[in-house]
Amino acid sequence: MDLSAIDPVVLIASLMVAATPILLAAIGELVVEKSGVLNLGVEGMMITGAICGFAIAVETGSPTFGFLAAMVGGAALSLIFGVLTQVLMSNQVATGLALTLFGLGLSALIGQGYVGLKPPATGQLDLGPLSDIPVLGRILFSHDLVVYVSLALIVGVWAGLKYTRAGLILRAVGENHEAAHALGYKVVRIRLMAIAFGGACAGLGGAYLSLIRVPQWTEGMTAGAGWIALAIVVFASWKPVRVLLGAYLFGGVTVLQLNLQAAGLAVPVEVLSMSPYLITILVLVIMSADRGRAALSAPASLGKSFHASS
Amino acid sequence: MKLNALLAGAALALGLAGAAAAQDKTKVGFVFVGPIGDGGWTYEHNQARLAVEEKFGDAVETVYQESVPEGADAERVLTQMALSGADLIFTTSFGYMDPTINVAQKFPDVKFEHATGYKRADNVGTYSARFYEGRAVQGHIAGRMTKSNVVGYIASFPIPEVIRGINSAYIHAKAANPDVQFKVIWAYTWFDPAKEADAATALIQQGADVILQHTDSTAPQAAAEKAGGIITFGQASDMAEYAPMPRVSSIIDNWAPYYINRVQAVMDGTWESDDTWDGIGAGMVKIGEISNAVPEDVKAEALALKEAIASGAHHPFTGPLNKQDGSVWLAEGEVADDGTLAGMNFYVEGLTGDIPQ
Repeated sequence: MDLSAIDPVVLIASLMVAATPILLAAIGELVVEKSGVLNLGVEGMMITGAICGFAIAVETGSPTFGFLAAMVGGAALSLIFGVLTQVLMSNQVATGLALTLFGLGLSALIGQGYVGLKPPATGQLDLGPLSDIPVLGRILFSHDLVVYVSLALIVGVWAGLKYTRAGLILRAVGENHEAAHALGYKVVRIRLMAIAFGGACAGLGGAYLSLIRVPQWTEGMTAGAGWIALAIVVFASWKPVRVLLGAYLFGGVTVLQLNLQAAGLAVPVEVLSMSPYLITILVLVIMSADRGRAALSAPASLGKSFHASS
Repeated sequence: MKLNALLAGAALALGLAGAAAAQDKTKVGFVFVGPIGDGGWTYEHNQARLAVEEKFGDAVETVYQESVPEGADAERVLTQMALSGADLIFTTSFGYMDPTINVAQKFPDVKFEHATGYKRADNVGTYSARFYEGRAVQGHIAGRMTKSNVVGYIASFPIPEVIRGINSAYIHAKAANPDVQFKVIWAYTWFDPAKEADAATALIQQGADVILQHTDSTAPQAAAEKAGGIITFGQASDMAEYAPMPRVSSIIDNWAPYYINRVQAVMDGTWESDDTWDGIGAGMVKIGEISNAVPEDVKAEALALKEAIASGAHHPFTGPLNKQDGSVWLAEGEVADDGTLAGMNFYVEGLTGDIPQ
């Protein structure tokens, strides 16, 4: 065993890359759930974003257009869910699951002509002298733009929910949609906007996978990342900063277990392989051990249908 | 997946409708473990399927099913293919071994060919390629090319085929460069691009400047290209889109001649269950063009090694060789027998770490 072969600085930098797709999808889903909607279609929106982003990046030669297309694709798919659940009042759990299946099939269909192609390279953001700072420079200032966007989103969502009027309205809709309606807020419209935001974030996360982390298109390439994102929202008890913690924890253990294997750690490989899931579940259980608090932090109207007449 | 199943179902239904009109057509089924666009293992099997179609034209009809999980699902797919009138079915992954045997018992008139397995029956034959011969050539290039003396190896499942590859590559890398060290990551998947890319990145970060892979996608190639200055080898397919760097050579599986041969045998009524295990000499394993990123002398050595293996002058597992624990496996000049190779479950001396059991 040679643990000195693992460079902690490089490890942290690569865990940020590994965690970014989950982080983006999770912060989007957090906003959706804060508005009182449970969208289980994250996986489907991610994979649709992955292929939309990949296809447009390949066709236009611009990763930027690719990322924009991924957000549009994810949002468009999420609005199918939005119309079905908010306007036609279908069951949110069933519709969300159907959205995942639909997204997987649709992405495979769109992706037929894009297998084996290479996307245009996404450059790292040039931060000049900042990235030359020892340790911190490598960890904080040597990433691509999307990593910073994901971190900015966390801060933005946190501040937006806590300090702005729009955030207050969103939370009001999620906590008690009838009261919010009585105050004159357009519950359905606000929820549709939250759902579209969640879809765009999931799409962006998927495109990060197909354009930067892998980078190539392959059918089913999200391989369950959307479900991890859903779990992380709960584990974070709907708090943006804890979403960051959860995503980086999962990404970190995933990268760490591969590094430990390469370093020849004398732990059975099977145990290492399941460790990201085990540790995330364990932390989830510990954090929600205090039942009263966990129940309090869940939006009170989560998963309930709303109709102005009721 | 769902959509594929629907399309395949529709194709099968069409096949049934057409069967009455074309009784003399030989129907050949293929079961694939990944998508045909994986750029590696399944892609090459599909190329061979297309070669069968081209060779026999209207005399054959082929059907295939992609991304079939190894397990109970495979049995369902196989049963459906057999029911729809297939005369010959190729199952192209190790994990289809038991499903193939089970379904074959129920359909004694249908012929089955299972790749890389070891269980046979009257209507089940097995075939595989001696990939380890190609691994020997890769190992030699890896040993000569590495500057950090660390070679990374992305392994899939701890089965004999994969272990043979690691041993063969290591023996020849060590012969070319006594200081070489192997780092192995078990990915526990044949196909998961994100995981394969992460594994390649982890190996590169730990100093590996050569990456060998035994997984099916091109993701490790993409990760190596992004890292820069790393060399890789195409796995199962040429992966030439990553040449000349990082991909400097490749092992190409050439199934077409074998598939054509077996389909012909079924047509002639001469098919019999047997065990085929061919290598570079018979043309089942090909070495992809060695790119100009490799110096001329190394390239010449690698080609000479390939020729020696093809002609039978050199066997990749020739003694003296010890097992990992130091016990003697092959004495000076002794050559490994196929039985030991087929069930290989140990590392040779010098490799570190344990094989997961």
